[in-house]
Amino acid sequence: MEDTLKLGGREFHSRFILGSGKYSLSLIEAAVQYAGAEIITLAVRRANTQEHENILDYIPKGVTLLPNTSGARNAQEAVRIARLARELGCGDFVKIEIMRDTKYLLPDNAETIKATEILAKEGFVVMPYMYPDLNAARDLVNAGAASVMPLAAPIGSNKGLATREFIQILIDEIDLPVIVDAGIGRPSQACEAMEMGAAAVMSNTALATAGDLPAMAEAFRKAVEAGRSAYLSGLGRVLERGGAPSDTLTGFLHD
Amino acid sequence: MVTVNGKPVEAAGMTAAALVEAQGYACAQVAVECNEEIIPKAELGSTVIRDGDVVEIVRFVGGG
Repeated sequence: MEDTLKLGGREFHSRFILGSGKYSLSLIEAAVQYAGAEIITLAVRRANTQEHENILDYIPKGVTLLPNTSGARNAQEAVRIARLARELGCGDFVKIEIMRDTKYLLPDNAETIKATEILAKEGFVVMPYMYPDLNAARDLVNAGAASVMPLAAPIGSNKGLATREFIQILIDEIDLPVIVDAGIGRPSQACEAMEMGAAAVMSNTALATAGDLPAMAEAFRKAVEAGRSAYLSGLGRVLERGGAPSDTLTGFLHD
Repeated sequence: MVTVNGKPVEAAGMTAAALVEAQGYACAQVAVECNEEIIPKAELGSTVIRDGDVVEIVRFVGGG
């Protein structure tokens, strides 16, 4: 059976979701191509007379757009942004992002649950960015989320899987795709998240702040694929203590 | 006076479509909200902006 990521009635072969922030529009096509990405995130902002280029012109056809609600401080603002994003005419997917805290950019789970419930009822494919808390994740499932997107570390920090144990709990207990979002700074961390059983990994800053963006996009693609294969293979066991030889223990020369 | 993206603009009596274009945008690339209610794209040409309205014109930008 083909291994695909199912979201909102669609199937994706790529398990690497690409952000489009903080780098040149002219790099987006290469980033998508090298990342092998089939989903890309966007933000909604006031139109600005200084910038006339349309980001949609730079995104290859066939890539699913995942607008976020960044800038929202509560459920009501997130709902408003999500509706505007849909009016922009690019589908029903939305990544809910609600933050009250501007230093650590941590999500407000309670408001995120409220917004998820409203938007799911309006037919959105709701992908909430969240702090990895099992109770909140269960509430998001009941509110109609299509996935949950727990943070690995604060947005843009590149610090890796700081919340590792709690993400593992979500993977083990939540019956929706768990997509690790925010804080993943290196391909090895993306690989580890996939080995743990994450359904996908999302990254933006790790690429935007890399020396060579397309090359890093490719490294992430390979890491996510390797981690997925490792998860599907079933990782080897870890010994509590001691060692176990890889060779047979008979037929030594001194026997 | 109408407030457009936080700034005062003389736009009372214009249609939403005319306002969008006067601001330098293409209707196809933006979404428009008037007093926190979305004006559907198909109604931009027939919706008249009134004195005191608060209009937001938004578009997609890069984001994570």
